[in-house]
Amino acid sequence: MSDDHDHPHHPEHHLPSSYHEKLTAAVIELLAEKNVLPSEKVTAAIDIMDSRGPNLGAKVVARAWVDPEFKKRLSADGTKACAELGIDVGSLKLVVVENTPQAHNVIVCTLCSCYPKMLLGIPPAWYKSKAYRSRTAREPRKVLHEFGLHVNDGVAVRVHDSTADMRYLVLPMRPSGTEGWSEDKLAELVTRDSMIGVAQANEPIAI
Amino acid sequence: MSARFAPGDRVRVREWFPPGHIRTPYYVRGKRGEIERICGRFNNPERLAYGRADDPKVLYRVRFAQTEVWGRAERPSDTIDIEIYEHWLEPDK
Repeated sequence: MSDDHDHPHHPEHHLPSSYHEKLTAAVIELLAEKNVLPSEKVTAAIDIMDSRGPNLGAKVVARAWVDPEFKKRLSADGTKACAELGIDVGSLKLVVVENTPQAHNVIVCTLCSCYPKMLLGIPPAWYKSKAYRSRTAREPRKVLHEFGLHVNDGVAVRVHDSTADMRYLVLPMRPSGTEGWSEDKLAELVTRDSMIGVAQANEPIAI
Repeated sequence: MSARFAPGDRVRVREWFPPGHIRTPYYVRGKRGEIERICGRFNNPERLAYGRADDPKVLYRVRFAQTEVWGRAERPSDTIDIEIYEHWLEPDK
């Protein structure tokens, strides 16, 4: 894949083409020129964003798998429960939705692309695509099937449209065959996609 | 925080089309659902979009049956939960 589309913030690789890209470039230049925000700070902020991955989210899930009391607190108030693990999800309110044998949860933001970046890092490009945003609301089972996830008829699909001030994290089901596993080892089974709800957590054979 | 609705209450989203920055998706306007939880009080995004953080509103998560929203569903069991501000909701009698 070409770097051009993955790194629109490197002006040397990418000439701004759309109105908003041009506007962004102009504002960044102006802020630097007026010494309001030096460009090193912009670069540093981008580096922090790029360095975030789904590891914090995986840590939260693994803790919930081993500690039922923590899981209860997480379902009641995701933001507060994350703080217990030293994870600051900032001002965003976190809603954690649990997959069970009766219900499968999947997250979408139809209006834009709201996503729990603090826990999962930068969203994948497909999450922001118009196709995912419009189709997941309307035909979630078909979309999940295209991701390779078949949801049985007896299991309800719960779509969560992240439209306002909440951010969502799916708590996937703990795979069988992981009894007695440490939290760290369990966390390795928790993928980004399983926390968006387009996949299950990995089976133990995968690692 | 005085919330007009409680979890379990049946509500209807207003069929209302004001201009501006609106966080209520078109596809649920006029649809009936049930309050899933109260999320708290947040500044009304319709005013926040213009720099006015002066109009806090109670935010709810409302659960809709997919059949209600689209008139059809892949399975009758399937739902969609959406965050909606109080001024967009009315009791469903």
